[in-house]
Amino acid sequence: MPGPDTLRFAGIATALLGGAIRGSIPYMFVSLGECLTEKSGRVNLGMEGILLMGAMTAFGVSEWTGSPWLGALAAAAVSGLLGLLHGGLTELPGVNDIAAGIAMIILGSGLAFFFGKQFTAPMAPQLPVLDLGGGIGNTAARAALRISPLFFLGIAAGFALHYAFEHTRWGLHLRAVGDAPEAARSMGIPVRRHRIAATAIGGALAGIGGSHLTLYFPGIWSEGISGGQGLMAVALVIFAGWSPRRCLAASLLFGGAQALGPSLQSAGVTGLYHVFNASPYLLTLVVMIASCSRTRAMAGMPGALARRG
Amino acid sequence: MTASQREAVAIPLLALAGAAVLFGLFCAWAGASPAGVFASIYKAGFGSWYSWQNSLLRAAPLMLCGLTTALPARAGVITVGNEGAFVVGGLAAAASGLATASTAPWLSLLLMMIAGSAAGGAWLALAAGLQHYRGVNAVISSLLLNYLAIALLLQLVEGPMRDPGSLNFPATHPIPPSHQLGRIAGTRVHYGLIFGVIACLLIWFLLERTVWGMEVKIAGGNARTAKLAGLPIGRIVLVASFLGGACAGLAGMVEVAAIHGRASQAISAGYGYVGILVAFLSRQSPLRILLVSVLLGAVLASGGILQRDHELPDATITVFEGIAFLAILASEALSGRFGFRRAAAQPASVKTVEAANARP
Repeated sequence: MPGPDTLRFAGIATALLGGAIRGSIPYMFVSLGECLTEKSGRVNLGMEGILLMGAMTAFGVSEWTGSPWLGALAAAAVSGLLGLLHGGLTELPGVNDIAAGIAMIILGSGLAFFFGKQFTAPMAPQLPVLDLGGGIGNTAARAALRISPLFFLGIAAGFALHYAFEHTRWGLHLRAVGDAPEAARSMGIPVRRHRIAATAIGGALAGIGGSHLTLYFPGIWSEGISGGQGLMAVALVIFAGWSPRRCLAASLLFGGAQALGPSLQSAGVTGLYHVFNASPYLLTLVVMIASCSRTRAMAGMPGALARRG
Repeated sequence: MTASQREAVAIPLLALAGAAVLFGLFCAWAGASPAGVFASIYKAGFGSWYSWQNSLLRAAPLMLCGLTTALPARAGVITVGNEGAFVVGGLAAAASGLATASTAPWLSLLLMMIAGSAAGGAWLALAAGLQHYRGVNAVISSLLLNYLAIALLLQLVEGPMRDPGSLNFPATHPIPPSHQLGRIAGTRVHYGLIFGVIACLLIWFLLERTVWGMEVKIAGGNARTAKLAGLPIGRIVLVASFLGGACAGLAGMVEVAAIHGRASQAISAGYGYVGILVAFLSRQSPLRILLVSVLLGAVLASGGILQRDHELPDATITVFEGIAFLAILASEALSGRFGFRRAAAQPASVKTVEAANARP
């Protein structure tokens, strides 16, 4: 017979696993979008604002049409437009993409809060869920195995991006644009078009991540709903070495860190609630310090970003 | 005025006019009269002495928080840790104010200022140092530090520093009224405004009239030149970001010592984030920060009236901030294209290079 401590630990572990799967989805989509953007040689720090716009749009459209899938699609479209704005703006001469990213955070959150104010329903129609643990008696394990289809869509998107980067002409051209824009230009690859397209598609991916926030977990709309996840996902791309498949793994890790606070709280550990809730930020900072270096270019880093220093 | 000075005035003004047009269109689309909205913002910001005081009250923290981004940016590091430095500054000020509640008020206030500035300075210098010595992007790390600062604030005011009497809204014990920061005689404006003005003038002096300021600008302009000239770039970046963070920390101290009288979640009111916008609209220049802070202070002061008279949510102000920010960035593309810098101003070598680039 397992003792109470063992049971409690198993409870925390199961909650953590379920939380990691649930919580990883926004990280997945935003980091894949950012990975795609950065492969083209641009940084989009505005993902936090784009994620919020995606979350707000998904809620609004799902409530208005009654179809959560339309909500997710609209989120991708609106966030793609914001990505397009960022991509177009940073192609102007003299416009710094870091500063433009900060502006996008402010604009995206401003627009999201502006339109989000009109929502009156507490919840919009939610995305369906796959009940993979249907036959399991243990309620905690069963809850952990109720998985959103977006989780599998995100994994598919990660592998698809990997395939596109490695095995398609478009991926090769995009990497050339990001690694050596001058060389790509002289080969006749349209650098500007590739960068703007990558930034727009990257924004659209982040928007799908946003729809997960309002249409599955936590499943409501509030102004603090993204809580810096868009920003942490940008940092995560560095940690993942600009590899889409490693972005997926890192997203699970970050989802788990995010679930730490709530899991411990549900198990009755409440003393350091805010500190545990801050663990994703701390984790991001620690992995950034560990994986960055001033002197050597990081493995996998697009050349256009590395030379900027 | 030289050609480039004329350009430095004309382009931001054009950008702000463009932002006003876009914002007007947004308001019209949202069902409010653009002219009415602009009239309301003017009325709420500058319509009377009362509204002037409202604007100046908000301008005070904006001046300090604008410097927080501007000064490290002049040394070549973009940081956005204003809100975090503000919060830890307020927290440190509250802690030292409570610890010195039995000493003379002036001594206690002085210690609060020192503690708040030092905490804010260290907080921002951490982000800048991580970029300089470890290559960690300072925008990302300083934003993360904002979240960590707020978590620290919540943990402390709900835990070890909590006043058991603050039931529904956890806060620290109050600082005795005699030890709080007063108001400028005859106004509702607290001394924070004077701190802000002095800080802008002082940092302008440091940047434009001292050797250290020259070094900051060289490090920010071209790090390789600075290194070749033997400048200690690391130290320059750390000192600039410490001073910048100290400004936000001081603003946090004022928020605690003049407005709330204690530390609580309420001190994180977003001045730090608006400070980023102030810095960019001012193009990182301390004297322009004075002006832009008053303008944005007026815009912030109009949040309530937009809600009451035009039924626009308070996020309307944030939308305006985002539009203004993007417009000012996009206007960078105009620099050098206005004919303000006619050929005569350019050295011959530049013209040759441009001619070479112009060839297909």
